[in-house]
Amino acid sequence: MATVKLRAPLKDLAGGNREVSIDGESVGEVLKGLEQQHPRIVGWVLDEHGRVRPHVNVFLDGERVREDAAVAPSATIHVLPSISGGNR
Amino acid sequence: MTELLVGTKKGLFVLEGDPGAEKPFEVKARAFPGNVVEFAIRDPRTDRYLASVTSGHFGPRVMVTDDPTGEWEPTTGLAYPEDDDWTLERIWSIKPGEADGLLYAGVAPAGLFSSADGGMTWELNRAMFDQPTRKDWQPGAGGLCLHSIATWPGDPMKLAIGISAVGVWLSQDGGESWRHGNEGLVPRYIPEEAREGTIDLCVHNMHRAPLRPERLFMQFHGGVYRSDDAGESWIPIMSGLPADFGFPMVIDPADPDSAFVIPMISDGDRVTVDGKVRVFGTRDAGSTWSSLDAGLPQEDAYLTILRQAFGAEGEGPELGLYFGATSGDVFGSGDGGANWFSVHERLAPVNSVRVA
Repeated sequence: MATVKLRAPLKDLAGGNREVSIDGESVGEVLKGLEQQHPRIVGWVLDEHGRVRPHVNVFLDGERVREDAAVAPSATIHVLPSISGGNR
Repeated sequence: MTELLVGTKKGLFVLEGDPGAEKPFEVKARAFPGNVVEFAIRDPRTDRYLASVTSGHFGPRVMVTDDPTGEWEPTTGLAYPEDDDWTLERIWSIKPGEADGLLYAGVAPAGLFSSADGGMTWELNRAMFDQPTRKDWQPGAGGLCLHSIATWPGDPMKLAIGISAVGVWLSQDGGESWRHGNEGLVPRYIPEEAREGTIDLCVHNMHRAPLRPERLFMQFHGGVYRSDDAGESWIPIMSGLPADFGFPMVIDPADPDSAFVIPMISDGDRVTVDGKVRVFGTRDAGSTWSSLDAGLPQEDAYLTILRQAFGAEGEGPELGLYFGATSGDVFGSGDGGANWFSVHERLAPVNSVRVA
């Protein structure tokens, strides 16, 4: 099971959990699993096409990846806002 | 007391004050710091507040609360189908419908969503989404946005919507089917020989007169219009205005001959004309316009007021009028525009103003 680490506001949408354990063979599958476990997070990380939003960064074991990256069972995934996003 | 919901580039400001006192309103709350708030309303039927919030990181959504000074909850369903190219970018407008719990949301790229449960869950209007011309729709400068939703008092079947820049659409069956309502609109930004039958029509704002619902008023991209046949055709009524470009518009619900606009210099400049901040009002359906400027800046004031940044409350002599500019200034009048005062200065750039 991969460990997904979350910060605000995603942590709050996941019931206050900083870490969530989820099965999945790809980052996209894990993030879909995150949505199933915590439906309030639907649409925040993945858009309606299942793609990681352009200004969200996903790090898989220290490497920045997108939804198609393969995930090992012991992986750690950080999901956090990118510095390119925000509103000027 | 009057409560204003001011959506800005930097969150939602909830302002409270007494228009009779003609002094600045207090900031009662600020929500969604760092996020763009495109639009916010209170649904008077449920007292639920709904805000359209666009996060630069996490996308657009409608948030709801019963207390705008407290916590807000995300809603679900505002998304385009997974198998389509379109991705939801912004939610421009939220409008209560004419049935219990019914709400509409107008979004960009242009689409209509509805909610049957007071805004907690949303569903795409497929009839609009499946229009065969959709892939050819052209955006205006603000994007391809569905911003105006005109319901028909007491009849949920009749709807008129305005899209920039795809004109007016009319439905007689609650949104199950749509047809155009563009006759008479003149898009001067298109060569004359290409205007016939075009749907590249940049509606900026549109409102229905509730006491005479077959009447609509429209601020167009160059032109102000009135329809007396429920949006089938449009009559120009901009004679007497210092400019016919502008974005927002409001009406007095008690007076079907009334409309209020804020003229701005052409689409090349988009600021108030001659450095004077002036609201122009008509009480004779557009035959004449009066400048309503007492108390507004009249020297070197070059403001831009966006399409949702003008709101109203009440009616008749006590009609409240409130607008905000991208400068962060908000102005108000508690007497139908006869006298204005500064509601607040130096907020973030204002996207929308509505009275709660």
